[in-house]
Amino acid sequence: MSALQTAARPESAQKVLSLYRQLLRQGNQFAAYNFREYAKRRTRDAFRENKSVEDPRRIQELMQKGLQDLQMLKRQTMISQFYQQDRLVVEGGISGKDQEGHGEITRQKDTGWD
Amino acid sequence: MSMSSVAGRITLLSIISSSGARVSCSSLTTASYSSHARMPSTLPCTLSVSGSDMRPLIGFTVSSIMAARAPSVLKQASRLASKSSLPATPRPSVPALLRVAAPSARSSCGRSYVTETRRDNAQVQVETAIRLDRKELERSGLTVSGQDGSTTHVSPMADVLRRATVMDEGQRPIYLDMQATTPLDPRVLDAMLPYYTGVFGNPHSRTHAYGWESEKAVEEAREHIATLIGADSKEIIFTSGATESNNMSIKGVARFFGRSGKKKHIITSQTEHKCVLDSCRHLQDEGFEVTYLPVNNKGLIDLEQLKAAIRPETALVSIMAVNNEIGVIQPLEEIGKICRENKVFFHTDAAQAVGKIPMDVNAMNIDLMSISSHKIYGPKGIGACYVRRRPRVRLDPIISGGGQERGLRSGTLAPALVVGFGEACRIAKQELEYDSKRIKFLSDRLLNGLLAMEHTQQNGDPEHFYPGCVNVSFAYVEGESLLMALKDVALSSGSACTSASLEPSYVLRALGNSDESAHSSIRFGIGRFTTEQEIDYVLKAVTERVGFLRELSPLWELVQEGVDLNTIEWTQH
Repeated sequence: MSALQTAARPESAQKVLSLYRQLLRQGNQFAAYNFREYAKRRTRDAFRENKSVEDPRRIQELMQKGLQDLQMLKRQTMISQFYQQDRLVVEGGISGKDQEGHGEITRQKDTGWD
Repeated sequence: MSMSSVAGRITLLSIISSSGARVSCSSLTTASYSSHARMPSTLPCTLSVSGSDMRPLIGFTVSSIMAARAPSVLKQASRLASKSSLPATPRPSVPALLRVAAPSARSSCGRSYVTETRRDNAQVQVETAIRLDRKELERSGLTVSGQDGSTTHVSPMADVLRRATVMDEGQRPIYLDMQATTPLDPRVLDAMLPYYTGVFGNPHSRTHAYGWESEKAVEEAREHIATLIGADSKEIIFTSGATESNNMSIKGVARFFGRSGKKKHIITSQTEHKCVLDSCRHLQDEGFEVTYLPVNNKGLIDLEQLKAAIRPETALVSIMAVNNEIGVIQPLEEIGKICRENKVFFHTDAAQAVGKIPMDVNAMNIDLMSISSHKIYGPKGIGACYVRRRPRVRLDPIISGGGQERGLRSGTLAPALVVGFGEACRIAKQELEYDSKRIKFLSDRLLNGLLAMEHTQQNGDPEHFYPGCVNVSFAYVEGESLLMALKDVALSSGSACTSASLEPSYVLRALGNSDESAHSSIRFGIGRFTTEQEIDYVLKAVTERVGFLRELSPLWELVQEGVDLNTIEWTQH
């Protein structure tokens, strides 16, 4: 899940930004909390890490990798949505209270401790 | 707006739903539930009635009801339900038809779903209190609707209740037991799926393309694993896991070199994993001699003692790289050097180390190494054993058969698992730096928070430990009861293999900890997918519940009064 930000030509920079946005948006689709947070964090950190890359060949390489990761994310987020689990206690902040409007919930899998 | 109209509106909902139309109430705000005195002048409801032939179905999209706590939502909702049954004179705007519904809901009043908790010293904080069991809530919802024969008038409220409690928050605990196992990385699953769906050939089939493609994938995976530990791909033997690798290495070397009758001695340490200790015990029954090296109070072995323990007839030294309970990293390089000088084979159980700390079999002079896939975000059911070729380590295979894997481990490989394992290793190598930085950050945060509490101490060497494994003792608290109190965090007091027994951990006993201290220890495992919010939640929960349990404890009371517990003479019963 990595790529880069800047590029020599403006249209390339736009492409990179678009990829960044797509990766973030796709990563946000994970139903599992930990994977979702990781995907977003890793994407952000990878783009920041490579923001000063100038070599066009390297940029090309990283773009390719990012595109592959995007494909992988598309497949895996779908699988994640098929096999949803109950939500984690921590989702929604430190109190465990879910403040966001996530719409209706159908995840009711019993965690089996009783 | 007066209460009566609230009643009217609620019955309005119930009537519409009971008459079989579909009501979707899209933005019923929290305010409408939490204020008992005054309601917003208009409930912003969008009623879309779609056909009267539909079954009674209410689709409430209560978006921001989560602001309230589960029990209080219940309480308020039940209050509302009982209020709705007040002998209300509906406003003229409410059609007369709706008036009938009001009295029939009356029988449901006076029933509360949640018993009040009593305030006393040992008060659990409600914020992170153990989540109310959803089953009970559902049951209570059902009893309301079942009380007065006709469920129709009350059921919408019960339905709201049920949904409100289900939607309120998750119940799945936070996973902080990464030493037991780790979740499968989605990238790994993505690499594995083709081998479960299309590519099914036997990698040992040499006569057709199905076999070739599987074999190619297996060899690629082998290459990834070898690169991670700085070995050659021919030196990797796939097994079912680290336990099998350990058994294979220890029993294999011992039996091969013990045959001549000269090399009949094995050295290991007291803090090894159970499978190493048990293999050694079995060899003892077969007539081998085993030296169990003691560890110091930080969990490290003494190199001088190791040197002294090596004899001419020593065949193997087996020391684990990273301890699974306390996370201590043994000085592998020095041990490897000592073993090489004395021409003794060096085996290390690196299940907890590979992919988490940099490992190099050549720099560390390791001859045999056990690796597990499911500790590095790979699939369960596969592992590997590194067996050095130059100088060659000869093993007596445990499993004999078709001669796969250099004849050391016969049996068909599982290409999907192997590919997943390989991919996990590739990712581990690629992410090693990033992950260790992240895990160190989280671990420091957790450790600082835990050690800031009074009477807590970290087990193991605070300098030489893998930060993803934090083992802390909470004095005057039973570890098992703390685990029970922390139902919303998945933790363990030791290795998963021994988690069923209530015995104190033998690793902590080997460190010289007292029984009480070993009993009160908890292991926190941090991994790639752990978030900061989870750490903060756990810190808060642990602090509160340790305080709670200590308040219950008479020992804690004595300690607070300044009594030294060692001076008390307990009477025996």
